[in-house]
Amino acid sequence: MDILYLLIPLSVVLVFLTGWVFWWSLGGGQFDDLEGPAHRILQDDDSP
Amino acid sequence: MRAEAACFHCGLPLPAASSWTALVDGQPCAVCCPGCKAVAETIAAGGLSSYYHSRTTFAAQATPTVRGELQIYDRPEVQTGFVRSAGPDERETTLIIEGITCAACVWLNEKHLAGLPGVTGVEINYATRRARVRWDASRIALSEILAQIESIGYHAWPATSANAEQARNRETRAALWRLFVAGFGMMQVMMYALPAYLAEEGDIGEDTALLMRLASLVLTVPVVFFSAAPFFRGAWRDLRRLRPGMDVPVALGIGVAFGASLYATFTGGREVYYDSIAMFVFFLLAARWFEMRARQKAAASLEYLDKALPLAAHRLRNFPTGFDTEEIPAVSLHSGDLVLVKPGEAFPGDGNVVQGETQCDESLLTGESAPVHKRSGEPVFAGSFNRLSQVIVRMTRVGEQTCVSGVRRLAERASAQRPGTAELSEAIASRFVAGVLVFAAASAVLWLFLDPSRALWIAIVVLVVSCPCALSLATPTAMVVAIGSLSRRGVVVARAHAIDALAGITHVVFDKTGTLTEGRFGVVATTPQAGIGFEQALALAAALERDSEHPIATAFAAATLNIAPITASMIRNVPGAGVEAFIDGVCHRLGTQPFVAGLVDAVPTTESERASVTRVWLGRQGKWLASFDLSDQLRPEAQAVVRRLQAEGKHVMIWSGDALPAVRAVAWKLGVDDFQAGLLPQDKQSRMLALQALGAVVAMIGDGVNDAPVLAQAHLSIAMGSGALLTQAHADVVLLSGRLQSLVEAIDVAVRTRRIVRQNLAWAVGYNAVALSFAAAGMVTPWLAGIGMGTSSLIVVLNALRVRARRDEGRGKRGEGMSAMRDFSEDPISGSLPLTPRPSPLVPRP
Repeated sequence: MDILYLLIPLSVVLVFLTGWVFWWSLGGGQFDDLEGPAHRILQDDDSP
Repeated sequence: MRAEAACFHCGLPLPAASSWTALVDGQPCAVCCPGCKAVAETIAAGGLSSYYHSRTTFAAQATPTVRGELQIYDRPEVQTGFVRSAGPDERETTLIIEGITCAACVWLNEKHLAGLPGVTGVEINYATRRARVRWDASRIALSEILAQIESIGYHAWPATSANAEQARNRETRAALWRLFVAGFGMMQVMMYALPAYLAEEGDIGEDTALLMRLASLVLTVPVVFFSAAPFFRGAWRDLRRLRPGMDVPVALGIGVAFGASLYATFTGGREVYYDSIAMFVFFLLAARWFEMRARQKAAASLEYLDKALPLAAHRLRNFPTGFDTEEIPAVSLHSGDLVLVKPGEAFPGDGNVVQGETQCDESLLTGESAPVHKRSGEPVFAGSFNRLSQVIVRMTRVGEQTCVSGVRRLAERASAQRPGTAELSEAIASRFVAGVLVFAAASAVLWLFLDPSRALWIAIVVLVVSCPCALSLATPTAMVVAIGSLSRRGVVVARAHAIDALAGITHVVFDKTGTLTEGRFGVVATTPQAGIGFEQALALAAALERDSEHPIATAFAAATLNIAPITASMIRNVPGAGVEAFIDGVCHRLGTQPFVAGLVDAVPTTESERASVTRVWLGRQGKWLASFDLSDQLRPEAQAVVRRLQAEGKHVMIWSGDALPAVRAVAWKLGVDDFQAGLLPQDKQSRMLALQALGAVVAMIGDGVNDAPVLAQAHLSIAMGSGALLTQAHADVVLLSGRLQSLVEAIDVAVRTRRIVRQNLAWAVGYNAVALSFAAAGMVTPWLAGIGMGTSSLIVVLNALRVRARRDEGRGKRGEGMSAMRDFSEDPISGSLPLTPRPSPLVPRP
């Protein structure tokens, strides 16, 4: 089970990495409209 | 029984004598008014009728805009404030769109605008109802874009208050970031905690266990010190003021659990609580996040104050020697400037009339649509409308100092009050903290005598187990679900106690004008004389009133939206009598009977006077043409709402400042026995006091500033969304949709919410009582304490979600194919409330 000594710290690093990605997307305004896109995809008619 | 008959477009009940139909996809659909007919047909003509299938709430009743001010937005000097250049001819701006109630509205607006030649990009934010529009200035004008939005039944104006929006954006992002840190910390710490729960003694090596504890610690530190920081700050503030609220036990719980875990991690103690801490913080932040969203929605409803102020002003350069004017943006006005205000325009700032005499519509401030006469030297207010003739005004206060900006600040402050935190749980909290501390100390002292080695841990377990998760979540979660549920129905809850008060009211008092009635004139009857058609009579009247801003003119404009207009020339306004104009070379008059009789010799044939009805006459040289009855119309749904309230055992009353005949007519029609007419604002207030002295819990529904004192006195004040802003700023509840029906729905939701809050509180108190006694008896191991903490909160959250269980009752007939939509994401809350169950220990510990 020695691999745990690598995997556990790695998981901590991964969490921080995810946090950074979220921080980046938050700053980019991707979370400014939380409701619209969910509706938009249902109502989008791309028919020419 | 025609109870089901509702307007196809706006969902209001059809007036009994209505014959308006709109052709949508070849189907005739009954609509309530010409405004809705025009809008529905425009939508259908654009091939966008699938809006009607996918929408989840009805649109607002279409009201024609008479303030034909849109052209002003095309002037370059006006546009400097809000239009950005995105290319040689390309422009970009942000518009606020009023009237968006559901996702289909967003779709409709986007499609309609994107289909206009010259518009190169549209993007509407559903949450903030702001549209970013890009267009080619050489092919389409901004005013045309705004007019197109009007034509499908919405109102739009450029967003000029960029700062407030930026502040709101920052707040939202910061809150989301805290929530996310807590959420991700929670998930990952749970991963490390799970093996410890499942493993048998000795399964996990000492080193691995320590490593997992350290990893949990690393991830919990940001949760405690960043995500939970608002709770610690709040607790510190409360302590300094010696008024402990809910933040104190929360901070205490987090602090003690974290401290104990930290101690256990480095001394090899038995238990750590990192997972419980992270989860608790996450639940609390999630509840606060939804609260904040509800609050921002309430604040957004006040945005239309922006619209009231004109963007440009005509400044006089060398008055009094000359009348040369220059167009300048209203923002660059200074106090002391002399400004020319033409009829139909709004005043750009507060000031005094220097020259001229006119009538002003101050309904923005007072809710009263009757014009106010202004002479030289008298004050006028920013945002009110000049109705009659041009005046010269010396500005005294501009920009942020104006009266209307003051109202706005007031309103913003009021809406910044957190909704959804009930005082009850705050009151419990302070006693709770004291009680728990005493209890923990007592059990520690007791165990010092029984078994000194366990005393400290038992004190900690008592503190952890009593961590007021369930208690602190009990009320806010239910309130937040209720607020979300209500806001979808167009009801904005602005004050904390409103939902609780709504559930317990015994008396409902209506002000007549603007609540039970529409608050504006409508043509209720047209009586054409022989030889003239119904529509032609209306068209003639509308032609005569074309240039007027008088409420009566508005009524005619609304009645003739779909009738081909007639051109009148040489229109002359005779104050106090009516208007005169030439149509096809023949003199026509519209106004009082003596005024029109000046053209005609004979006496008119019809003669029946009803109280509360204003009658105007139409005639041309030598002939009577028609008479029109104009009245402040009863809201179509008023009767049903009053019946329903009475059926629920609530005492319905009408208190009005109007004259007795008008009030009596309305009261009789609605079946209300208890009505008072001719009341002054202070009369209403003293009546309210008398009523409350008898033990009544009173909800007051009003719309004008004259109602402000009595609204403040009532247990619960409800304002109509169409009423005065000042009133709305003071109200506990605002019926934004302007539909009285939503009052009944709001009461239903409130009653259900109160029941669920009580269940939640009972459960939380019961759980804590039981858990505390077991903990003090030394029968609760620390890990069991953590689990109990988690499940008790989860039960509370799940129970709160039941508030919106029967949400679709009583919402009238709607289009097809919506049920699928609704299940997805109509609800801002259900979609994403954290329901991550805490892993339960499947294998019991030895």
